[in-house]
Amino acid sequence: MAGLDIELAGIKMKNPVMVASGTFGYGEEASKFVDLDKLGAIVTKTITLQAREGNPPPRIVETSSGMLNSIGLQNKGVKDFIENRIPFLSKFKTPLIANIAGDSAKDYAELAKILNKEPLIKGLEINISCPNVTKGGMFFCFDPNATEELVRTIRKATSLPLIVKLSPNVTDISLIAKKAEDAGADAVSLINTLMGMAIDIETRKSKLGTPTGGLSGPAIKPIAVRMVWQVAQVVKIPIIGVGGIMTGEDAIEFFLAGASAVQVGTANFVDTQAPIRIVGEIKDYLGENNINNYKELIGNIEM
Amino acid sequence: MSIQENCRILDHQEVAPQHFKLVVASKYISSHAQPGQFVNVRCSTGYDPLLRRAFSIHRTAKEHERFELLYQVVGKGTRSLSQYCVGAELDILGPLGQGFALEKKDIAILVGGGMGVAPLLALAETLKQTTKAIYVLIGAKDKARVLAEKEFNAITDQVLVSTDNGSYGKKGFISDILLNVIENTLDPSYLPLATIYACGPNPMLKAIADIAFQKKIPCQVSMEQCMACGIGTCLGCVVKTRTGYQKVCDDGPVFKSEEIVWQD
Ligand SMILES: Cc1cc2nc3c(=O)[nH]c(=O)nc-3n(C[C@H](O)[C@H](O)[C@H](O)COP(=O)(O)OP(=O)(O)OC[C@H]3O[C@@H](n4cnc5c(N)ncnc54)[C@H](O)[C@@H]3O)c2cc1C
Ligand SMILES: Cc1cc2nc3c(=O)[nH]c(=O)nc-3n(C[C@H](O)[C@H](O)[C@H](O)COP(=O)(O)O)c2cc1C
Ligand code: FES
Repeated sequence: MAGLDIELAGIKMKNPVMVASGTFGYGEEASKFVDLDKLGAIVTKTITLQAREGNPPPRIVETSSGMLNSIGLQNKGVKDFIENRIPFLSKFKTPLIANIAGDSAKDYAELAKILNKEPLIKGLEINISCPNVTKGGMFFCFDPNATEELVRTIRKATSLPLIVKLSPNVTDISLIAKKAEDAGADAVSLINTLMGMAIDIETRKSKLGTPTGGLSGPAIKPIAVRMVWQVAQVVKIPIIGVGGIMTGEDAIEFFLAGASAVQVGTANFVDTQAPIRIVGEIKDYLGENNINNYKELIGNIEM
Repeated sequence: MSIQENCRILDHQEVAPQHFKLVVASKYISSHAQPGQFVNVRCSTGYDPLLRRAFSIHRTAKEHERFELLYQVVGKGTRSLSQYCVGAELDILGPLGQGFALEKKDIAILVGGGMGVAPLLALAETLKQTTKAIYVLIGAKDKARVLAEKEFNAITDQVLVSTDNGSYGKKGFISDILLNVIENTLDPSYLPLATIYACGPNPMLKAIADIAFQKKIPCQVSMEQCMACGIGTCLGCVVKTRTGYQKVCDDGPVFKSEEIVWQD
């Protein structure tokens, strides 16, 4: 029996395949198609303190082997999450990781404090791809010092494992990763979507309701693998690889680059069975190559 | 409930230039689909096109465990779909969404513009069992693009067609035909007994919704929006309504026309 279980940042998972934030809602709709108990972990759609309406449509446009989205963190706020989403999720044993975001370090800390009281939540993923209104709207993820300060503030507010989700829209992602580690992050996940754009040549307008959107899907996988590999050179905390994972083979590439676990995002839209199929494909690879435990693959790229 | 299933293609014909009728086998979808619901079809096995494409269920034949789609080739997804041969399998998710609410009214007016006729055939076939009079109003660009007229004629005598260029039926907009039916064909005392069901491009739906509002006739519209998941998880397919953004894929695609905040 191939070893697939892992304890990552203190979160015990039966396999290293999680579902990525924003691509699985809060599990309820997807549970009609997928047995949630077969997933490594569930990461929720980003939760904010107050409800957010989200961006004007169109919010989705397909591009070559990928898609741009401009959802804009639409969610009903943390109170609604606790009252209306957690009860459903409590029927399952799979670890639940709440992804959070805010306009200021104070907002994030407040969310962390509130969610700290929910026994079902096994970890927090910090979405730092948000404008910091107290610093004139400068995105947290672009500024190594703001990232460090943010993670320190959240660290003080909660005892839950902290996973900092990194943006690829930066010059040096390993610098930000290091700052997150220094500030007390238990793990990093990468990458969030790449900022992109698509224009309708008839109307000469953006194909989205906003000028730009976030690129995801197979098109971004080589960038994500490269960034995981770069970050693996500088941090000791575990890395969760995200970006364009469609198959077990894709997941194994991330393990070799240095990821201890992976998240499946856009693939959920293409195939509702994707995460479970990917677990099966990883098992097959381990069997065919006589590998007892997938952990032997982590960071084991030949140079 | 809906399922993800590999469905065999039983028939696939070009019924008008770049318009195809696709018949697929599925016991589950054919027996569970309600008029106005849709399926999300994977149009290739590769990554380009990547996302599934949404198509209304055009007609179901429960006893034969099959259902039909009617679609137009407009881009890479539908082009790829059009190349699938009889006997091949398609990965289909469905049936999805909230279909038409079947009103127990004596008169049903179905208005379809362009591809918008697709869900109306399933609707007409269901309504004919309970509704006294069904009017079907079909709007198309030109004669070659008038779809499913024969099938509707088998259900009702009241099939009216308009084309943008006048090459068939009345020249002009289908909304003008609707106004004419309401003002000149129907006895005013019947209006409270009528419901309008519409599907088509947004400007058409807006015009129909305005008429329905003026004439105080309840109206349901089937909306379109680009989708990613089709099952309510991604929040990608929203339209603006009086109660905020709602998802076309699972709050819709059919909405009451007065709920929609129409955009230009
Ligand atoms: C609920 C629902 C039911 C539908 N039913 C039918 C049907 O029965 N028959 C049919 O032919 N089409 C139907 N459509 C539209 C169909 O989904 C699109 O035509 C298809 O996705 C286009 O894919 P493509 O790759 O060929 O084109 P693309 O290259 O993706 O786009 C070509 C053009 O089509 C537009 N488009 C793309 N996706 C959609 C979409 N989901 N809705 C509206 N416009 C879109 C694009 O903006 C662009 O202008 C339906 C859409 C929805 C949301
Ligand atoms: C429609 C959509 C919504 C997303 N929403 C969020 C979100 O709310 N919070 C977040 O941290 N990441 C969000 N993401 C990013 C994904 O979690 C993931 O990092 C990214 O899509 C790359 O992985 P993929 O290529 O496997 O999709 C979203 C992605 C998509 C496609
Ligand atoms: S398409 Fe994903 S929520 Fe509707």
